[in-house]
Amino acid sequence: MIAHLPVLQVIVPLMAAPICLLLKRAQLVWLFSLITSGLAFLISILLLQQVMATGVISYELGGWQAPWGIEYRIDKLNAFLLLIISAISTIVLFAAQTSIEKEIPKSKHTLFYVLYLLSLTGMLGIVATGDAFNVFVFLEISSLSAYALIALGKDRRALWAAYQYLIMGTIGATFILIGIGLMYQMTGTLNMVDLSQRLPEVAQTRTVFAAFGFVIVGVCLKLALFPLHLWLPNSYAYAPSIVTAFFAATATKVAVYLLIRFTFSVFGVSFSFTTIPLQTLFMALGLVGIFVASTAAIYQKNIKLLFAYSSIAQIGYMIVGFSMATVTGLTATLLHMFNHALMKSAIFLALAAIVYRLGNVQLSSFHGLGRQMPLTMAAIVIGGLSLIGVPLTVGFVSKWYLLMAIIEQGWWPVAVLILLGSLLAVIYVWRIVEVAYFKEPLANQTPVKEAPLFFLIPIWILIIANIYFGIDTRLSVQVAQSAAMTLFGVTP
Amino acid sequence: MWMTEIPPFVPFFIGALLALVTRGKLRGAIMVVIPIVSAIHLWMVPEGVHLQIAFFDYQLSPYRVDKLSLIFGYVFHIAALIGIVYSLHLRDTLQQVAALLYSGSALGAVFAGDLLTLFIFWELLAFTSVFLILARRTQRSYAAGMRYLIVQVLSGVILLAGALFYAHENNTLEFGYIGLDGIAGWLILLAFGIKCAFPFLHNWLTDAYPEATVTGTVFLASFSTKVGVYALARAYPGTELLIYIGATMACFPIFLAVIENDLRRVLTYSLVNQVGYMVVGIGIGTALAVNGAAAHAFAHIIYKGLLLMSMGAVLHMTGKINGSDLGGLYKTMPKTTLLCIVGAASISAFPLFSGFVAKSMVMSAVLKEGYDWIWLILLFAAAGVFHHAGIKIPYFAFFAHDSGIRVSDPPKNMLFAMAIGATLCIAIGIYPQALYSLLPYDTGYNPYDATHVLAQTQLLLFSALAFVWLNLRGMYPPELPSTNLDFDWTYRRALPNVLQRVFSVIWRVDGALRAAFILKLTTCLTYVAGKNDRLSGLLSRNFPLGSMVMWVVVVLTTYLLLSFIQ
Repeated sequence: MIAHLPVLQVIVPLMAAPICLLLKRAQLVWLFSLITSGLAFLISILLLQQVMATGVISYELGGWQAPWGIEYRIDKLNAFLLLIISAISTIVLFAAQTSIEKEIPKSKHTLFYVLYLLSLTGMLGIVATGDAFNVFVFLEISSLSAYALIALGKDRRALWAAYQYLIMGTIGATFILIGIGLMYQMTGTLNMVDLSQRLPEVAQTRTVFAAFGFVIVGVCLKLALFPLHLWLPNSYAYAPSIVTAFFAATATKVAVYLLIRFTFSVFGVSFSFTTIPLQTLFMALGLVGIFVASTAAIYQKNIKLLFAYSSIAQIGYMIVGFSMATVTGLTATLLHMFNHALMKSAIFLALAAIVYRLGNVQLSSFHGLGRQMPLTMAAIVIGGLSLIGVPLTVGFVSKWYLLMAIIEQGWWPVAVLILLGSLLAVIYVWRIVEVAYFKEPLANQTPVKEAPLFFLIPIWILIIANIYFGIDTRLSVQVAQSAAMTLFGVTP
Repeated sequence: MWMTEIPPFVPFFIGALLALVTRGKLRGAIMVVIPIVSAIHLWMVPEGVHLQIAFFDYQLSPYRVDKLSLIFGYVFHIAALIGIVYSLHLRDTLQQVAALLYSGSALGAVFAGDLLTLFIFWELLAFTSVFLILARRTQRSYAAGMRYLIVQVLSGVILLAGALFYAHENNTLEFGYIGLDGIAGWLILLAFGIKCAFPFLHNWLTDAYPEATVTGTVFLASFSTKVGVYALARAYPGTELLIYIGATMACFPIFLAVIENDLRRVLTYSLVNQVGYMVVGIGIGTALAVNGAAAHAFAHIIYKGLLLMSMGAVLHMTGKINGSDLGGLYKTMPKTTLLCIVGAASISAFPLFSGFVAKSMVMSAVLKEGYDWIWLILLFAAAGVFHHAGIKIPYFAFFAHDSGIRVSDPPKNMLFAMAIGATLCIAIGIYPQALYSLLPYDTGYNPYDATHVLAQTQLLLFSALAFVWLNLRGMYPPELPSTNLDFDWTYRRALPNVLQRVFSVIWRVDGALRAAFILKLTTCLTYVAGKNDRLSGLLSRNFPLGSMVMWVVVVLTTYLLLSFIQ
């Protein structure tokens, strides 16, 4: 059983998805999905323990040996990612049934869980597999289910947002496929480890350059790096709230993982950072992304849109850390992936609770909400503080490591820009606080009650995690640091 | 065995928690007991670093006790006790809890042994104190409180940035001598400078303090700036630049104070002026000078608190604080008048009052190091202080023309708090050795020699003479209800005005263009309606698919071109 964990991680949700269709009753399906996701979470914990103790686990699918058969390869990096994805998925699912009751027609509830589990399968698969073509397959599984999930949103614009995402996502996936195809043409292999050994022989050919270009652009599209971020805000804003909470915390992280995997493991650091001036490009795009997206966030009137823009800005921070191509920089990126997942899922779940009570998340309906839904609003405030990077929250830990990495390189102006970027976060978080706590409720507004427990429990689990991992950084920092070291080939 | 490892902010924070859940007399009792217990606790603690935590690769020491932090620790306890007694009549949970948290944060900051802990308490100071301003619950105080908060948080952010640079340069976060080498030193100095109200950075103080509540101002005036002074004394002793900054601080508020009508605002100007003396002392940096700065801070907290309390009592009883509305109150508020005069005598540095024994140390140090010009400037400033704080405050509030207001002395707890302050002012003046024994260095200084006493007395007499003469001749600036312009006018009025002008010109040109190219430009100009609208329109509009795909093409082409050029 233990030996089969890598494949079980992916197979369990994959098999569970069709079973949902047989169960029919929404409550039952919900419980079943929750258990499935919890099982995936358990498996990911076991995997991480195993990897930290014994090193890389290689699993040959169907017993076919590595370069010929498909290999699942779990190292510290993807074990860490598997943990993030399955943990967030489980916590978010806890609130799912309550939330979709008001947002999705009853006839589609079962379908929702099927899509959710498929999407989860896709993400886990992308991360777990060691085969480049397999990445594409899982990417399509997760993306196709994502388009459908977003289209379930009750706002009619959801359809249009999902359509835009469909086009852009398909372009991204196609680019990745073209890149993989070109690599296959040059080396005759699809296994990542094998690729990394064979690519250097043919590195100085235009085909490989083109492959690299296509893969990077495809991945950047998926992770919504400025200026390829335009599809993201609407998809997040109009999707059902639960879907937003799940995707905001995981989908872009998976794309960042792919970026790291392709540049560091497949193409190799020296190739990736010398063929094109990736360092300058990503540093510039990351910083511009932080400022443009944060400024855009300040002007949003729809709070889901606001935090969607803030997500783009946070991606900017991850890319800045990545672009330094140092161990500390990469550690900061990995840490921020973990930490950002915690804060964004908490915030979007709280927003889901507000949608449940109010029916919308326009800033104008937040008047006096601080008194009516104290626990939910407090969660948004703490999540917001974490976004800003206030000490004792996880946001501070990742900002700290990012600044350390920048200072290590001696790029003072960048450090200043990062701090200024945090000030922009203060502004958009403050706008919400001001309306919710310092404005009297509007006359035509009917008072609402605090969110139900099915929301409050997962929200506060995440908020407490936000604070706990802001103080006790042993788990996150240790794993992130050793994963980063492994990627650079340094023995920790 | 004493529990040395409990830092003094802990009892205050626990007290705040208790005050939150209790009411009435019980809360009052708890609040009074907290500073007393904490002070006894502090008295028992030996010097040294009592608490250490590892944070990433750095060693944090949130509780470091040495002579410099101890003297500030003691006086903060005294100030907290006086402030709490003064506010015993209040039934306002917000203010009372905030006051305890604020005092605790100040104590946390002076016992912080590393820059990160300092930063945390630095921000806590800002966030807890702003409630003392907001608690007045007026539109003006809300606006002033928000401006105050922005400046204070900015100071904290700069401090954090400086700390990061410092940690990188020196590989330690320990809070000791920093100096002005490197960018870290300048950033941290800027952060401290905002707290200390350096010239042009001082407006938050004169803007916000007079808008705080009667009791809130007493707390505010005691802690924030003194934490700044403490931090300067720790990190920048002997930095020559500070001498000139301090001298400027001592001088320029005098002019503004003389024409100001709001008597509590007059006192905030004199607060800036007094902090100027301390900054000069730190700038000189000799043992005597740093001693002087610390002693002055100690004495100043008490007498400035006393003066603000007496003005607070006037405001509390009459509801008015402008010099033009008051006068003749001595008839019905004799005790307050007397206590106010003790405070006024202390701030003016009359011999036998606390101001004299503290201020003369700084003055001696200035002269000893050969800064004759600075000495003259400070002497002029001393005359100015006597003028606006020593004479103007009591004169316009309690004497001058009779305003016809008849109110009694304030509640007993207020009088008692003021009495504690006044007693300390006189006790320190008569027996300065008690204060000197607490100072960081042992210099064997004696303030009561003939030169000092004579020089100071002469100065005071001539200054008084000038006031009387100007007043008799009707040349003294009369107290008028008016708004005086300070430096903050430049960024609160002038800058927006200039921008408005500039924009109005832009709009005019824009209109002309519109007329000329009306057909082609109408579509563009619809969203140039306002700066904000324009930006928000630009940033939140939806992009068509075509433009998204275009960006993909642009990025892909760039990447491919770049890699092929190689």
